[in-house]
Amino acid sequence: MAAAVAQNNAPVQKKQEAEKTESLWKDVWYSLRQNIPAMVSLGVITLLALIAIVTFIAPQILPHDPYQQDLSASFQGPSAAHWFGTDQQGRDIFCRVLIGSQISLTVGLLSVAISLTIGVTLGALAGYKGGALDTVIMRVMDMMLAIPSILLAIAFMAALGRGIDKAIIAIGFVSIPEYARIVRSQVLSVKQSDYVAAARVIGDSDALIIFRHVLPNVMPSIIVRATLGISSAILDAAALGFLGLGVQPPAAEWGDMLGRGRNYIFAAPHAMIFPGLAITVTVLAFNLLGDGIRDAFDPKSRNR
Amino acid sequence: MLKYIVKRMLQAIPVLLGVSVIVFLIMRVFSADPAPVVLGQHATPEAMQAWRDAQGLNDPIIAQYFDFLFGAIRGDLGESYYTHAPVLQELMARFPATVELALVAIVIAAVVGVALGVLSATHKNTAIDGIATVLALVGVSMPIFWLGVLLIILFAGVLHVLPSSGRIDPLLQPVGGTGFYLLDTLLSGDFEAFGDALSHIILPALALSMYSMAVITRMTRSSMLETLNEDYVRTARAKGLKLGRVHRHHALRCAMLPVTTVIGLQLGSLLGGAMLTETVFAWPGIGKYVVDCILKSDFPVVQGAVLLIGVIFIVINLIVDVVYAYLDPRITYAKEEG
Repeated sequence: MAAAVAQNNAPVQKKQEAEKTESLWKDVWYSLRQNIPAMVSLGVITLLALIAIVTFIAPQILPHDPYQQDLSASFQGPSAAHWFGTDQQGRDIFCRVLIGSQISLTVGLLSVAISLTIGVTLGALAGYKGGALDTVIMRVMDMMLAIPSILLAIAFMAALGRGIDKAIIAIGFVSIPEYARIVRSQVLSVKQSDYVAAARVIGDSDALIIFRHVLPNVMPSIIVRATLGISSAILDAAALGFLGLGVQPPAAEWGDMLGRGRNYIFAAPHAMIFPGLAITVTVLAFNLLGDGIRDAFDPKSRNR
Repeated sequence: MLKYIVKRMLQAIPVLLGVSVIVFLIMRVFSADPAPVVLGQHATPEAMQAWRDAQGLNDPIIAQYFDFLFGAIRGDLGESYYTHAPVLQELMARFPATVELALVAIVIAAVVGVALGVLSATHKNTAIDGIATVLALVGVSMPIFWLGVLLIILFAGVLHVLPSSGRIDPLLQPVGGTGFYLLDTLLSGDFEAFGDALSHIILPALALSMYSMAVITRMTRSSMLETLNEDYVRTARAKGLKLGRVHRHHALRCAMLPVTTVIGLQLGSLLGGAMLTETVFAWPGIGKYVVDCILKSDFPVVQGAVLLIGVIFIVINLIVDVVYAYLDPRITYAKEEG
């Protein structure tokens, strides 16, 4: 009898649920649109993504070949021909900065995808299951948090060797605990709510409860954390590149470009200024967007 | 309170063991063979084999781990592949430089960060607030090493007022003492050397402090705004106390609680940032040394350094928690434990 009622109500419930979620996202988007810095940042990120995609598909669109060496044009200052000047090998820095967006955005997105997937899974399991599993998972997370993440990432790169794929793994791996912690604490509070208890009474499986009821409620915090996570992943990647642990030459990566300019800091400051500016603008944009999304989800925090 | 401290210290032991496992796994299991790097590409296979035998790298992995672990407990972190000096000795020789840099940086970050945060909260939605907010945002968005580069270009390259690298003029270097140059030169009354050491530390400390300063500013601002809305602050104002006094005596004291935690945690994260800052400024501390050793596969040093930094990190967290418990009258750990 109860099952039949539940079944009859199911379509209605689903429709209401759909409307409810839709209106939440609408609200968030509406509120985000009022936030000028966040919208400007979204514009900057879109532009960067476009640059990365276009330079990937059609590199010939660039005024200079970013890999073409010309030792006779080494360390030229900014000019009409070379907007950001040239580097030691005479390569055009402007084109290298543009093409560098490919690596930075890729590392940012993919490493966050790794830490997000593993971190959310571990956090949800720990929070939902509790008990020994919770203890084991969270103790391991504590151990990882006991080492500064950049140091851990550097050690990983030293062990794995250079390469963008390895940087993605290293950076993704070291940020897992942050996601696991956030998700676990949220799951713990959601777990107590009536609707989860109700779902359990109906006889929903654990997996269904986690995916249908728990995770959607944790989503806002995850989205905010992930957006801010992209910015710290880009910073970490740049740090690895700067230390000479990032990409293989001749790939153009902002941190790597900065690191290579280090010995010529006074002779050719432009070789370090522009790649650094690119990192800062990108990271700033993701930070502002993350802050904006957080405020949009949680109007109370807006005036802080 | 003592009971709480002891309990926390006992809890730290498994975490430390875990850290040692993680470090060991990364450096010994995932890593490529260090022999060709250390001996050079042209070493004969026999020479490499002999070297690996001598270093114990051919022993079963479990045996290697317990060698490392029991050594570490006795304070023996092994020897550097290159200098053959004990790792602990190498690290300790560079330890004061890093601690000095981190302490100066955290003082700058805490003083400026708290001041900016308070100003920005008490002058909410004014130009001051705007400037502080922008500074805080840029501070967390700027790569620490790029800021260092900009500071060098400006103060050493263009203005020629501050040195770009090193810790002190070698001729003025204090002999013996604690290894903390600022302290040593001051104690010996050598003000020329003190000034020189100070001029060397300003730029790296500033670069290193920026991120923490930004985090502390944001934390202070939001914490201060929250307390300013509390009833007891309103009461204090209503009974006619001057605004400044209310801010200082009532609001700030309570607002500082979460800020203390953040300052402590930042001190820990400075150790990570120190690796980048020290590399930029050729600062002869643990950070630069570790980076150099990573690049030349000097694994015993890297293992030892990561472990040491892990220990410091855990100790700092413990101190932060204890200070927090001491500052916040609402927390009494003794009672909680019954």
